[in-house]
This record gives sequence, structure tokens and C-alpha cells, in this order.
Amino acid sequence: MSTTAQELERPQQQSDVGAWLRQNLFNGVLNTLITIVLVIFIPIVLFLIVRWAIFEATWQPVATNFRLLMTGRYPIEHVWRIQACMAIIYLLFGLSAGIWQGMVRTIGIGLVGFAIFFALFPFSVSARLWLVGSVVAALVGYFVGRPFSSKLRIPVIVLWLISPFIFWLLIRGGMLGLPLVTTNLWGGLLLTIILAVVGIIASFPIGVLLALGRQSKLPIIKWCCTLYIELVRGVPLISVLFMAVLMLPLFLPSNIRIDNLVRVLVAITGFSAAYLAENVRGGLQSVPRGQYEAASALGLNVFQTTFLIVLPQALRAVIPALVGQFISLFKDTSLVSIVGLAELLGIAGIVINQPEWLQVTGGVEREVLLFAALVYWFFCYTLSKISRRIEAHLGVGTR
Amino acid sequence: MKVNRFLGFVSVLLLAAFVAACSNQAATNEPSSPVEAAPTDAPAIGAPVAAATEAPAPAPTAAPQATTAPAAPTASGGSTLQTIKDRGELICGSNDQVPGFGSVDASGQTVGFDIDFCRALAAAIFGDPNKVTFRPLTAQERFTAVQSGEVDVLIRNTTNTLTRETVNGMDFAPTNFFDGQGIMVRKSDNLNTISDLDGATICVQSGTTTELNLADAFRAVGASFTPAVFEDANGTFSAYDAGQCDAVTTDKSGLASRRLSLSSPEDHVIMDVTLSKEPLAPAVLQGDAQWRDIVTWVIYGLFNAEEYGVTQANVQEQLSSDDPNIRRLLGVEGELGAGLGLDNDFMVKVISAVGNYGEIYDRHLGPNTPINIPRGPNAQYTDGGLIYGMPFR
Repeated sequence: MSTTAQELERPQQQSDVGAWLRQNLFNGVLNTLITIVLVIFIPIVLFLIVRWAIFEATWQPVATNFRLLMTGRYPIEHVWRIQACMAIIYLLFGLSAGIWQGMVRTIGIGLVGFAIFFALFPFSVSARLWLVGSVVAALVGYFVGRPFSSKLRIPVIVLWLISPFIFWLLIRGGMLGLPLVTTNLWGGLLLTIILAVVGIIASFPIGVLLALGRQSKLPIIKWCCTLYIELVRGVPLISVLFMAVLMLPLFLPSNIRIDNLVRVLVAITGFSAAYLAENVRGGLQSVPRGQYEAASALGLNVFQTTFLIVLPQALRAVIPALVGQFISLFKDTSLVSIVGLAELLGIAGIVINQPEWLQVTGGVEREVLLFAALVYWFFCYTLSKISRRIEAHLGVGTR
Repeated sequence: MKVNRFLGFVSVLLLAAFVAACSNQAATNEPSSPVEAAPTDAPAIGAPVAAATEAPAPAPTAAPQATTAPAAPTASGGSTLQTIKDRGELICGSNDQVPGFGSVDASGQTVGFDIDFCRALAAAIFGDPNKVTFRPLTAQERFTAVQSGEVDVLIRNTTNTLTRETVNGMDFAPTNFFDGQGIMVRKSDNLNTISDLDGATICVQSGTTTELNLADAFRAVGASFTPAVFEDANGTFSAYDAGQCDAVTTDKSGLASRRLSLSSPEDHVIMDVTLSKEPLAPAVLQGDAQWRDIVTWVIYGLFNAEEYGVTQANVQEQLSSDDPNIRRLLGVEGELGAGLGLDNDFMVKVISAVGNYGEIYDRHLGPNTPINIPRGPNAQYTDGGLIYGMPFR
């Protein structure tokens, strides 16, 4: 396959610019017309957009509400805790990039690019200092990590493993002298990331187990898993969230209240796990029968066969599908704004409706939503970039 | 409707599963609710078991019954007031996306006209206006949230209607803002009545009762119009501003504030017609008379405070007033607060925290705010308005 593709590309690469244009843009009357129309219109549209963005748009709501968009109603005197978390993440990514290079470095570069990009906006001084500080943390990590890569490997892995607990402690508080910040004050990008990351990490093992369960030869396990997967897949996420947030209190005594965020996290995880299970099942079915037979010929038991032979191949085959699902989960988190949690899009709605902007002609909807879209795009694009890296690294499709 | 029925069905399924799975817990919970709820509840809140068996029937009314039915635990699990006190904070169903009524400022504080009523309630119960959690609710989920006990009170620009009292199981407190649908036109067009608008193009937002009210009003006078329907308020008003329509319609409070965002506000005028009545009132779940009384009388107290001239600034001096009305309002005389299960001086705490009705209004909707809605029907009855506080005695 790959050799034919290269042979087909070669003549193009060697030909001159005129030939390329003729072949790709002017190879017929219709295509020539389309090319001319696009050449006229694309610059005009771009010019109008840029002119609007620079001269007409009111970016003030985004600038004054930057903290709200990033952290929601998190108390201002405790925002340093979130900034500390971000600095730790950047430092860890810097260290990891220095140690392992390759893929981790791509992610790190993406994160640094994100911080630098937003530091260019006219936000408050403290917000920009925070962004620059995080970049510095990443760079320090990188230049410390590179020379000492062999020594730092184990400590950095340990740090990664305990980091979720550090973040939880820092963000929520209520221990070690840090005042408690209740989850209803969490919001903005902070909440979006928490929902997406916890959803992705927690749904992965559950989804894999469900997929294995559905392939099981034990009927009860098989039917339970199938029932769960089909039931959840047959219901929109929005109604699962609605159930978790509004209907659950009906079944609980009035003095028991489960934290809203926890309910939403469980709903998102359970929902995502069912879809993940179907993706993984596709991977499981793509593993040739011979692999199982070879494994048993080697004397491996069921667990060894599953976790050492079948799953690694199955998961590798479905990486694109999994990343696609994580990207959609990241965007689906915006649905929680209908159940009263103000994640990035919810906060955008709040900012648009602040009384200060009523006098702005045409409202500030476009600016604020464009900003939210940029943030979403950045994360989704980074995720898909990473997935391509992983695919290339593992050689999906070439073996 | 579809969502309601689906939720009804799922809730019945889950209720059945729940009852089957932990019959022990259900056995201790279930019998208490009909007994407690029966004397005060409307027929819509029947015994949970009966409603649960009815729900899968195709009748559309079955769904709201199913959702209201299990709501009884709020009323049965002791008084709402006690639950709130035990919890240590009030949970107020609010809106964070209506400028002036409920929004979040850049520092993360929830502010607004409706929000201050939540704070007033928290002050009445705890003496601290900050012991309240705001639970933002969308229009679709607001009644379910009250029914399930997710919020204690709903103060979120909700119109008081018969259906909401009966089918949705709400109990409405006194109206804290009288709104009504109005029409804005260009001054130069010299339009005064709906008949003048015959054949006009009117910008309207889709999916709200606004569209329906508009059609009703025109049908009533036998006039015709062309609706230009838009997805959201911003689109509606930019289209009107761009001259795509002769008139634009929404609630009068919205017209007043949106007028300011037009390119030349002074060229536009809000017509002196009201297409529909929109009395916006706080609501609580039916079945707890004490809790409804508390919400009701805190609002009347705020009305009375304005009438008697008791303000946030002078409330401490007014404690030594000779006026018996003020003395009773502030709990210097009588045991009025105790009757509600509150301290007798609950109104002192409320007024110290948020001021009287007029002060709340001026702070969020008054002439010095970007919203600037004239008091109109929301003036005291002594000034020709509809704000009338029932007597404290």
C-alpha cells in the first residue's frame, strides 16, 4: 500500500508550480470558475473578519471577565490555588518533555503556545503574569529535565500519579488549613477541563471492562454489559444529565444531598463508558483468531491472553476512534450548563448577559462566543494532533 | 412535552426499580408522604403509588403527575424551614442570564433584583444574606427542580399562571415584578394602537409565548401582521435596528433596556399597549404552608418597609419609632415573626441586608442602572402602582 502511494505522489512533487496549478486548480472550465470565485471571495471575507475583529468588535467583556471565563465564580482570594495547579501542570509537562521528548514535547509546545497566545490579549496584569509564569515553569522544567532525564524519570512518574490528589486538595481545599471552596463555585474553563479529564480517565477502564464483558462467554455478564451499553447508548446525554441532577433527589431522603458536580461526573463517565465500550469492541473483533490460538499454544491463561496479547492490539487499532470520542466528550461537557453548572459555554452566556454590555450596539455575543470557540478549538485540535502522533508512533495502519 | 413524558416514564421505571431494590427504605418512606401531604396538597399530588401506576398511560397529563408525585418527600420530611436550617443555607433557584434580574458580575458575585429577594430570605432565616446558594435554572428545568427539592424556592422571573399552580404543583408568593408584553416602534412612524400596525412586519423571538400573544392581540382587533422570527433577543433587536421590521415585541422590561442598545435610542418609543400580563412571582413547592407563608411575608414586609419609609440606612433608628405599623413590622411589638417560625425582628435583618423594595428596585432596575425601567405598575399603590403590602398585624 505505502509504496504505491509514494509512487503516485512522486511526479507531483517533481513538477513545477505552473503544472501543479494547472492540474489542481485549472483542470476544467468548472474548476477554473470555482478557483476564480474563491480567489476573489476568500480575501474579501478574511478582510471583513479581520476588520471587524480589530476595529468594530468589543473585546472588553472578554478582557474584564477573563477570570470568570477561566475559573468561574471561584473566590478571587483563592485563585492562586488554581494558578498553582496550572504552574504544576506546566512544570510537569516541561520535565516530561525534557525527559521523553517526542510526543510529550508536542503537547508541551501546544500548552506553551496556548499560554503565550492568551498572554498577548489585553487581560489584567495578574492574569498575564500568571500565563507567563506558567510558560517559565514549563521552560525551567524542560531545561532541567533534558540533562537529568535518566535520574528524574521515576520521580516524575510518581509526581504525575499523585498530581490528581494534589490538584483536588488545592482546588477544593477543606484540608491542611486551606479553606473549602464548594463545587458550585467552580466554573469556566476550569470546570470544562475537570469534567473532560475526569470523564476521559474514569470512563476508559470502565469502557474496556464493559467491552470485555460484552465479549464474555458467561451469559449473565454478557447480558448485563449489553443491556447497560444499549440502554445508555439509546438515551441522549442531556437526559442522562437531567436525570442525575434533577430526578435523583426524588429517590433520596431530603437530608441527603450528593454534590452536583459528583452527580454530573458520574453521569458523564457512565455515558462515555458505554460509547467507549463499543469502540473497544470493534478493536477486539479486529484481533485475528490466530492471536488467541497462538497465546493458548504458548500456555498463557485467559488474563494473560486478554491483557498482554489481545487488548494491546485491540486498543491500538481503535486509537483514532477513541480520540474522536474524547474530543466529542470534551465538547459535550458544554451540556452541563443546562443543569446549572457554569462551564466555559455557560460562563460565556453569563458574560453576554451582564447589564454592563446592554448599551453595546448589537450585543457582545459574537465576541464572547468567538473566544469560547477559540478555546474549544485549541483543545480539540491539540487532542487530534496528539492522536496523530500516537498513531504514527505505534505505526497504526502500517503493520 | 416529549421530554416531560420521557422523564415521567423514566422516573416511573426508576421508582419501580428503587422500590423493588430497597423495599426496606421505601417501606419507611412511602407511607409517611401521603399522610403528611394529603391535607394541604392539590389533587395533582396524589399518593405516589397511585400516580406511579397511572404514568405510563398515554394521557399527557400523566407525566407531570409522575414527576410531582415523588416530590412529596420535601413536604413529608419535616418542614422546609427545618431542612434549610439544618443544612445551614438556603438553596435558591435563580437565573444568571437576565440583566438586572439575575447575573454574575466580573468578580463572580451573583447580583440582581431577583437575587436580592433570595438574599432577603436568607437574612430572614439566618440573619445573614450570604447564607444562600444560587442554583441557576433554565426555563425547562425550573419546575422539576422545585418538585424534586433540588431548590427550596424559585425566584427566577417566572410568570404566575393557573397551570403552574395546578399541574406543576407550585405555590406562588406575591408578585415582585409586574411585567407585560409591549411593542416598540419608531417615533417617526406615529403609531399608537395595535390597529395602526395593520400589515406591519414585526420582529419577534421564536419559541416564547411572546409570539403567541402577538398573534392573539392582532386577531382580537382583526388586524394582520407579518412576523419576522429570530432565534434570540440579540438577533431580534439587531434586525429591528437595521430596519427589517416596523416594530419589535417582547416584555416591557426587556424593551426598556434593549432600547438603549439601539443605534439612536431617542428615535424609538414603547407603545402604550400591553399584549399580555406577566406577573413575575417567586414560587415554592405546594404542601408546606409555613414555608410559603415565610416567602410571602418577607415580600410583603419589603413592600411595607418602602411604604413606611424604613430603609437600609435608617432601620436601626426606626426601631424607636412611635408608628405602630413600623413597630409591628420591625418586631418591636407583637409576636408576628414567631407565627412564621422566625425571629420577631426578622424584617430588621432583611432590611439591614438588602433594604426595602424600592431600594432593591433602584439598585438593579432604577434610573442609575443600565436597565432603567420606570416603576410603572411596580410603584407603591399610594403612587398609583400595584405594589401593596398586606398589613403586619
